[in-house]
Amino acid sequence: MKAGVRAFSLGVVLFATWILLSGHFTPLLLGLGVASCAGIVFLAMRMDVVDREGFPVQLSIRLIGYWVWLLVEIVKANIDVTRRIWSPRLPISPSVFHLRMSQPSELGQVVYANSITLTPGTVAIRLHQDEILVHAVAEELGEDLAGGAMDARVTRLEAGKS
Amino acid sequence: MIAVLLDGLSWILLLGGAFFVLTGGVGLLRLPDVYSRMHASGITDTAGVGLYIAGLAIQGGFTLVTVKLLLILVFILFTSPTSTYALAHAAFTGGVKPIARDGSRAPLLDRRDGPSNR
Repeated sequence: MKAGVRAFSLGVVLFATWILLSGHFTPLLLGLGVASCAGIVFLAMRMDVVDREGFPVQLSIRLIGYWVWLLVEIVKANIDVTRRIWSPRLPISPSVFHLRMSQPSELGQVVYANSITLTPGTVAIRLHQDEILVHAVAEELGEDLAGGAMDARVTRLEAGKS
Repeated sequence: MIAVLLDGLSWILLLGGAFFVLTGGVGLLRLPDVYSRMHASGITDTAGVGLYIAGLAIQGGFTLVTVKLLLILVFILFTSPTSTYALAHAAFTGGVKPIARDGSRAPLLDRRDGPSNR
């Protein structure tokens, strides 16, 4: 993706956010909004952070599909862990899992690690090269993760083949 | 009539959110160590916050208030795993050992080559 296209889409996203947060539509304020968004884009480009990591717009529409899938996983995990917490026997078996990640870039690894942590019952502890340490509140949850369904999803999200 | 239904739905969502926040609190007390307790706070951060925001969004209707509520949800869903990771990583590098239910050290399972075939 060209740097200009990425910078322009950053500006559009910033301005959309600005309008939604301000709720003012007078020409003066809209103009000030455009000016400040342009200033931010300029600063971000000077800082060299408008790249595939700082503003990963290349994930585009696929990200929505991934979020929907992740939402379902989060709901299932919430129900599972809630049941464990309220059960009088407290059926937990905390364990640490050493897993491999298949994402080619750090961006993908961060998405994967954050998805693991966001899902109740599993927390990412440490990332090192293509390996990750995960604490699971129950062994089954860690084994599910080791099955690699989420890992493969994140890799596909990044590779562009949905 | 519609207003009453929406109010009822909003109430159900808010009470659901309250239940999951309470669950997070109970988990915080019942689970054995710092790592396990992070799972309980994960429930508060996802189901608790999510249902609260959904309930409040219904009260807000199709307004900018609802847009702001959804933005808050998005920010929480990005920042909460990041801070949880920072906490877990700090505890781990600081030498805090994950413990199992009986107080012994939690097992470290090598699953780099896929799950175990049980």
